Formats: sequence, C-alpha cells, structure tokens
Amino acid sequence: MNEIRTLIRKEFTLEWRQKYALSGMLLYVVSTVFICYLSFNLRRNQLTPIVWNTLFWIITLFSAVNAIAKSFSQERFGRLIYYYNLCSPQAIIVSKIIYNSLVMLFLSGTGFIFYAFVMGNQVGDLGLYTICIALASIGFSSVLTLVAGIASKADNSATLMAVLSFPIILPMLLMTIRLAKNAMDGLDWSVSYDEMITLLSIDLIVITLSYLLFPYLWRS
Amino acid sequence: MKKIWWKVLCIVLLLYVAIMGFMGPVPHLPILNESIRNTYFHVALWLAMTTLLFSSMVYSLMYLRSGKLQHDDIASELAKAGLFYGILGCLTGSVWANFTWGDPWPNDPKLNGAAVGILIYLAYMLLRSSFEDEQRRARIASVYNVFAFAVFVPLIYILPRLTDSLHPGSGGNSTFGSYDMNNDLRKVFYPAIIGWILLGLWTAELRVRIKRINRFREEELAGDRKTL
Repeated sequence: MNEIRTLIRKEFTLEWRQKYALSGMLLYVVSTVFICYLSFNLRRNQLTPIVWNTLFWIITLFSAVNAIAKSFSQERFGRLIYYYNLCSPQAIIVSKIIYNSLVMLFLSGTGFIFYAFVMGNQVGDLGLYTICIALASIGFSSVLTLVAGIASKADNSATLMAVLSFPIILPMLLMTIRLAKNAMDGLDWSVSYDEMITLLSIDLIVITLSYLLFPYLWRS
Repeated sequence: MKKIWWKVLCIVLLLYVAIMGFMGPVPHLPILNESIRNTYFHVALWLAMTTLLFSSMVYSLMYLRSGKLQHDDIASELAKAGLFYGILGCLTGSVWANFTWGDPWPNDPKLNGAAVGILIYLAYMLLRSSFEDEQRRARIASVYNVFAFAVFVPLIYILPRLTDSLHPGSGGNSTFGSYDMNNDLRKVFYPAIIGWILLGLWTAELRVRIKRINRFREEELAGDRKTL
C-alpha cells in the first residue's frame, strides 16, 4: 500500500512539474467541445438528446485515449528500468490505474461542465449522470492503461493504441451511453440498475485482468 | 500419421452434416421455414469459433506460464482459425438474413457485436505483426489475447441478452431454444458442432506445423551461413 501511495505521489509530482501535459489535455477537450459547438451552430434544433449524449461520450473517449496514451511513453527507458528494480509490477499498474482514473475524472468532469455550458444542459438526473461519468472514467482508464502498456512496447504506438483499444472499449462505451441516456431522461434509478451492475462488473473484470497480466508485460 | 482417427471422424461428420443438413427432415416454424437448416452451419460455426478462441486463450495463458514458443504458435494459429470461422459465420448469417429478414446486415446488437469481435482479433493480428523479436511478440500478444477474450465474451454473449435482438429465440421470434429444438435438428446439430471444431483444429494444426518447419529451416540456414 505504501508503495502504491508513493508511486501515485510521484505521478502527481511529475505532472505538476511538467504542467503542459495536463493543461494540454484540458485544452484538447475544451477545443473539441468548441469545434462541435461551432459545427452544430447552423442547425441547433437538430441537436437531439441522442446526438447530444453520443457526441459527449465520443469526445470523452478520444480525450481519454489521448490522455492515457502517454502514460508509459512519457518516461524515459532508463527510468523505467529504475522502477523495475525498485517496486513490484502490481504496485505500478495499480498506481497508474488510480492516477489515470483521477485524471480522467477531472478531465471528463471539466469537459462535461463546459459541454453543458456551451451546448445547453439536457440532463434530467444530474446525480445519475455523475455516477455514469465516474464509472466510465474508471473503466476507460483501466482498459486504456493496460493497452497503453502494450502499445508502448511497439514502434508505431499511436496507431496501435487506437486500433487495440477501440474494439475492446466498445462494450463499455455502449453500456455507458445507455446508462447516460437513462440519466438524461430522468428515469427512475431502478430502471438503470442493470446497466450499472454490468458496467461495474466490466470495470472489475478489466482491473483484475490488468493486475494479473501486467507483470508479464512489465518483464519484457 | 499416428493420430489419424479424428481427421477421419471430422470428414465423416461433415459429410453427414452436409447430406443430412440439406436432405433431412426439419420442423416447420413460422418465419424460419426451410431456412432453419442454417442452424447446422451458422450457429454451429459460431459455437466452434468460440471454442477455438477459448482454446487460443488457454494456450496464451500456458505460454505466459511456461515461456515456450510452441504454445504461442498454437495460440496464434487457433486465433486465426477462429477469426476465419468468424468471417464464415458472418457470411452464412448474411445469406440467411437476406432471405429471412430481407436485409443482409440489419442493425442488430448481435451482428454488431460479432463485427467488433472480428475487429478485436484483427487488431491482435496487427499487434503480432508489429514486433520483430519472437519472444517479445509472443509475450505481448499473449497478454492482449487473454485480455481480448475476456472482453469478447460479454460483447457476444451478455450484452445482446440485455436488449431485444432480431435473432430467433429473442424478442418474440420463433426459437430453436428448449421447446422447438426437436430431435431431427439435434441429430445433425450436435455432430455439426463437433465436425466444425475438428476442422478448425485440423487447419490450425497444419499451420502450426508449417510454422515449425519454416522456423527449423531458417535456423538451419543461419547455421549454414555461420559455418561458411
């Protein structure tokens, strides 16, 4: 536990020292939202709730892929070997997942506030939508962390990252969009229990698998 | 040549399926009618594909535990055979859907799940081809393979259950589930599954052997060059 805490603190310190990475991601989200806003500007009335919801999740997905892709490649090779000597691979993957989840929560939260501000808020049940954002952020970041680890071993990692992660993340994305739609319509929470449980269990499966598989990846 | 019996069994079973599948008696259900014969091909191919992909994952796990390259060879060839079956399953399904639903690719959760499943395994092939070093490729591809299968199962078998599908057996369509799967169908359906699985294993086995021979020859060539 101590190891994990230190590693997470290290990630935050690193991020804080090179502020351009996080602020770059924030700017990425904000400018994407703004591009969508301007593109739909001509026909505001055609922005149905379904389009509104889907657009938000696609923006979130792309910013997640971009934000997490760098989580292994930003550090130099020598430093990775240094970590390899110091701590267990499990501690590394858990700390990376927790850190990336926090970053994603921050990014998608800010993204949502800005999106709702610009495109008009159409959400009926904000509480459920927040839960949905939280579940999705954790799920996206845990899938993408392992895939980023895989892709960073290859040469053309940017393409590989997208190709490997999109089909894997799709079940999660579909469930999220459905849950988010329920939240937008302000349906009773009992209607969405199915989706919430499925999403939670996919999250759990993915996190356990990352925990079990990462040591093999780390060794190479 | 030592274990030829299962290859003979495979040929016999598939011949039986081809003959009985087109000539044998079938129950007459609304909507489906004679097209129910596709159960022997489409449904059996899907089940065989899942089996092949599952065994591919098992071999990937074995590779991660043992580090023997043979296991990874087997895993990758099984995945390739599974992918091939997946494409065949899509094609047979499309032909059938064109007659039954009037559209070769209707918007159905199961179909989209299958397409995404094929994408996952194509990505696996791409991942394999982007490494030069064999051990490294084997390890990283195995990790991805295990991960991919764990996502593939909910995609194909759990998510479609949560929504209505056009497929027989859900959404009020006539089904070949527990009641309607009568003995005429069963007599061909179960042999069909076994036959397709055996055929898949056979193709995978042949490809693994070709791979081994190639590796052996390359090593021999490298050895020759060294002595020269």
